[in-house]
Amino acid sequence: MQDFSILIGGSAGSGVDKSALVLGDLLNQSGYRVYIYHDYPSLIRGGHTFSIIRAAQTKITAHRDRIDFLLGLNKETLDIHKTRLDDSGKVICDSEILKEAALPKQIRTLAIPAVKLVKEENAPEIMRNTCLIGAFAKAAGIKIELLEKVLRDNFTKSIDKNIKIAKKGYDASELMESISPPVHDILPLISGSQAMGLGLIKGGLEVYVSYPMTPTTALLHFLAEQANEFSLKVVHPENELSVILMALGFAYAGRKTAVGTSGGGFCLMTESLSLSAMSEVPTVIVLGQRPGPSTGLPTYSCQSDLHFALYAGQGEFVRFVVAPGDLEEAYYWSASALNLAWKYQIPSIILTDKNLNEGISNFDVNDTGEIKENDPYLWDGTTGYRRYEDNKTGISPLAFVPDKNAVIKVSGYEHDESGITTEDAVVTKKMQDKRLRKEKHLAEELKSFPTVKTYGNEEQTTALLCWGSAKGICVEIAQKLGLKVIQPIVLSPFPEHAFREAIRGIKKLIAVENNATGQLVRLIKAHGIDVDDTILKYDGRPFTLDELEKIVKEKIA
Amino acid sequence: MSQSNLDTSTPNTWCPGCGNFAILNGIKKVLNELSEEDCPPEKFVLLSGIGCHGKIVDYVNVNSFYSIHGRSIPIAEGIKMANSGLKVICFAGDGDAYGEGLEHLIFAAKRNIDITVIIHNNRLYSLTAFQYSPTSELGFKGGSTPNGSMESPLNPLELMLASQATYLARGTSQGMNLLTRLFREAIMHKGFALVDVLQVCVTFNNLYEYYAKRVYELENHDPGDFQAAFNAIREWDYNSDSRIPLGVFYKKEAPTFDEKLISSPADLKRRDGKIRQFLSKRM
Ligand SMILES: Cc1ncc(C[n+]2csc(CCOP(=O)(O)OP(=O)(O)O)c2C)c(N)n1
Ligand code: SF4
Repeated sequence: MQDFSILIGGSAGSGVDKSALVLGDLLNQSGYRVYIYHDYPSLIRGGHTFSIIRAAQTKITAHRDRIDFLLGLNKETLDIHKTRLDDSGKVICDSEILKEAALPKQIRTLAIPAVKLVKEENAPEIMRNTCLIGAFAKAAGIKIELLEKVLRDNFTKSIDKNIKIAKKGYDASELMESISPPVHDILPLISGSQAMGLGLIKGGLEVYVSYPMTPTTALLHFLAEQANEFSLKVVHPENELSVILMALGFAYAGRKTAVGTSGGGFCLMTESLSLSAMSEVPTVIVLGQRPGPSTGLPTYSCQSDLHFALYAGQGEFVRFVVAPGDLEEAYYWSASALNLAWKYQIPSIILTDKNLNEGISNFDVNDTGEIKENDPYLWDGTTGYRRYEDNKTGISPLAFVPDKNAVIKVSGYEHDESGITTEDAVVTKKMQDKRLRKEKHLAEELKSFPTVKTYGNEEQTTALLCWGSAKGICVEIAQKLGLKVIQPIVLSPFPEHAFREAIRGIKKLIAVENNATGQLVRLIKAHGIDVDDTILKYDGRPFTLDELEKIVKEKIA
Repeated sequence: MSQSNLDTSTPNTWCPGCGNFAILNGIKKVLNELSEEDCPPEKFVLLSGIGCHGKIVDYVNVNSFYSIHGRSIPIAEGIKMANSGLKVICFAGDGDAYGEGLEHLIFAAKRNIDITVIIHNNRLYSLTAFQYSPTSELGFKGGSTPNGSMESPLNPLELMLASQATYLARGTSQGMNLLTRLFREAIMHKGFALVDVLQVCVTFNNLYEYYAKRVYELENHDPGDFQAAFNAIREWDYNSDSRIPLGVFYKKEAPTFDEKLISSPADLKRRDGKIRQFLSKRM
């Protein structure tokens, strides 16, 4: 099997997420490239949750509707997902559950007495999924030694019990179809949140402040767990107002700090986003999008906060907004966003979404591109210190408390070069010009960064236009259909020159976005560029390969 | 260091006779004294919110962060967590800290983070030209409540005591000696300290005489006794015309949040290796 998918589903709390990781790892260690999609409602117990684990020959970051193996931890899973199986589909599930489920005749089934086996071992119910994983391994022709190794790697508690149960499942199972994995170096399998966290760490992160909110909660957990290893301070204060304010305090004292949230939390942060810009105290915000308005769909995904990120906050100010599309970009741009925020003393927003944060795929740290070390402009101590010295670049020298030769005064009020309040018309204009001047220099520097990427057939005159997590699927479809893909990664300051280069020769530009109104379409229109067609999806779910391919084919027919 | 070194050339725009002058003079005196002892001026960071009080940071020539309405406290906490060797002092208005940003005050107290908060409590919003505040008396007639406010005031010290603050005091803009003593003690206190200053706004609510008749300094009061502190704090509810106790209500030693958060400095050179090590465990 070259490219196949497993769906495992059950009620929340039955270990679906963990099982998906184990299955993914099993295939990863077999030599496949893997992508895992988690779909879960916002509840802790009950409800229906499932994960799709897709294995392929080359790197992937998208899943299909169609599946090859269905592992059901309850009957509901079979009922909901059986239509995803075609004639070669296979179902592995507990014997009793299988009896109740009315599956089409042609579907091959494997009944495993999972409930009975777990009971016999006096093991907790949750180990039914380990039993099914064991059964799957045998059905797919995976060696028992590998199964055992993967279980050891993935469990920290009850390892032996899990292995015992998995072996029971293995023994009760039979070969259905041998997988034939490619021979690859094995690449680590991590989530987008982990890639962002590592990228921030690479960029010099010292402090992370966050209030839990899907889809950036996992980033908070990850950095809190890694705090000792990387000497980070990780703080979870009373609300998002406090999150960004504390971050400004840390940054004022010279600590490279980032915060993470989603749209609702970002709403609360906007007043201080503006304070960051005015006081020129750098901030980095990981903004994980999920569907709105308001609470929307907390555990699902979308790309509807682009314009919010671009325009949030009162007043006019320079900001850096970047939307990475996969793990390597998440790593590279998280490090770069932190560096650029400090070099230009501006707010930086890393715009992500639930798909990117929680999707799991292979990460190649050697393929992220060289991360430029960009030192902040530090005061050299020779002349009298003025925090907001006006100069050619608009970037004033930084000094940090305590410095016995500098009085460091920062302010959210309009101020003069020393940081003292002013309401003078001439000074006001001069200082606003100074702050805005930084954008020109930032844009110039960004010319040496991969701000707009293209993929696929460069000769083609038809291109898919996408941003953020829609990249992976667009690239895969474009490769299949011989199209070109254009992905602007930096969205502010908009890399107009690079973008115009990328669309040169394109006759038909089709935008693909996970929102209802075409937010990237509006952004490029503001730069005088029109798209020819749009494909929008805004039901909280990412595009699937089958779905998007069909629509693209219609559009280019 | 002479007192004048702490001055800036910024013209002062407070109304003549404003109680804010007492706070400004008091803090300059204390900063001068402390810098002659062991605490050089560069170790101080002053913060303010927005309101008449906020201008104070422009008038003192030390490090400062002039923040936004109600939000100075979390910034102060961030600064302190970044470097626990700093002395971080927040100046806030009553509208600012007891209204707009109240949650931050409660949580800073709950954490017992080692910062000092000085409230310019003029019991109204002055910079927005006269509205009732969280500590205005019931029936206060301001721009937004021409028929009198319909809410009883909050007793902020009672709230702070319940929130686990470890130093609580009250002074007035009339009593400079007490005020400087309280400022000094609050700054030197290890933990969350709040001084509620009954700061008279001569323009909108001149309470000089009102306070002069009622205030008295606590005597024979044991600030280590929670119950005694509670009783003394409740003697005046910011509404009635009772006597108004001044001085230190409560003082307690307790571990601070910032000292618990101390981490070893990041060794940036070893990070690449550690990142690779993390990744190798995910294969
Ligand atoms: C978010 C926000 N809301 C409202 C204001 C307008 N505003 C400025 S100062 C102030 C109240 C000031 O009262 P207080 O904090 O008691 O300070 P005082 O002027 O009395 O010193 C208000 C409402 C603001 N700056 N920001
Ligand atoms: S309005 Fe009141 S508080 Fe403001 S400066 Fe004048 S007297 Fe002071």
